[in-house]
Amino acid sequence: MDAIFFAAFAALTLVGAVLTVAARNAVHSAVWLIVSLLGTAGLFLLQQAEFLFAVQIILYVGGIMVLFLFVIMLVNLARAEGERQFSPRWWVAAGAVSLLIAECAYLMRGGVPTLPGGGPALPAGNVEALADLLFTQYLLPFEAISLLLLVAMVGCVLMARKPEAAQ
Amino acid sequence: MTIGPGHYLALSAGLLLIGTLGVLTRRNIVVILMSIELILNAVNLNLVAFSKHWGQLNGQVFAVFVITIAVAEAAVGLGILIALFRNKETVNADEVDLLKW
Repeated sequence: MDAIFFAAFAALTLVGAVLTVAARNAVHSAVWLIVSLLGTAGLFLLQQAEFLFAVQIILYVGGIMVLFLFVIMLVNLARAEGERQFSPRWWVAAGAVSLLIAECAYLMRGGVPTLPGGGPALPAGNVEALADLLFTQYLLPFEAISLLLLVAMVGCVLMARKPEAAQ
Repeated sequence: MTIGPGHYLALSAGLLLIGTLGVLTRRNIVVILMSIELILNAVNLNLVAFSKHWGQLNGQVFAVFVITIAVAEAAVGLGILIALFRNKETVNADEVDLLKW
């Protein structure tokens, strides 16, 4: 049962990712990225990361993708669609990546590796346990990252403002 | 057949390679930013897989941090893109060559 779900979500993730990179229209890319992110969310759920599953759907699919679609509509991409989509020296990148794929395939020639050891099962209340950790041991990084979000928010408002309004 | 962390790591490697290919080859900046999201997702998958394997939640905490960074990156990147489009009327990465000699 686990294997079936894993295969389904993995296929969703990989197919979505490939079509995100390959699609000619940026809106199609965004829709395929949503498919890929939903597949990843399913994989999170399979690994008992319920909080991350919810965050992935609400934040990525609901938030970031709407932002992407807004920007795609804002900058008119009708011209870009008819142009060449890949940079002229794409074969350098393709060569480097296929080298890495070959390396991965060589390392996994005897099947998917199994990791040694393994710990206890994860605690049952995922959100509660995560919050415990986040607000005790990781309190300082948590505050730092909230500051980073504030800076990013101010920065993107400043950047996207019209130049006349800057004076 | 049991699904172990190795399967998740292999899938994550594939996702990372696809994202890398997108970042390196595409000309459209919006798609490049989306490919960066793919790469960050591959990292999250890795962190969650190890978190499950070792039975510790630290990996998931770091995945939360990675998601936050991804949000900040997307917001700032798209803000830069809008400013760029206003000045240069292009969304192609190789047409932004003011600093190129």
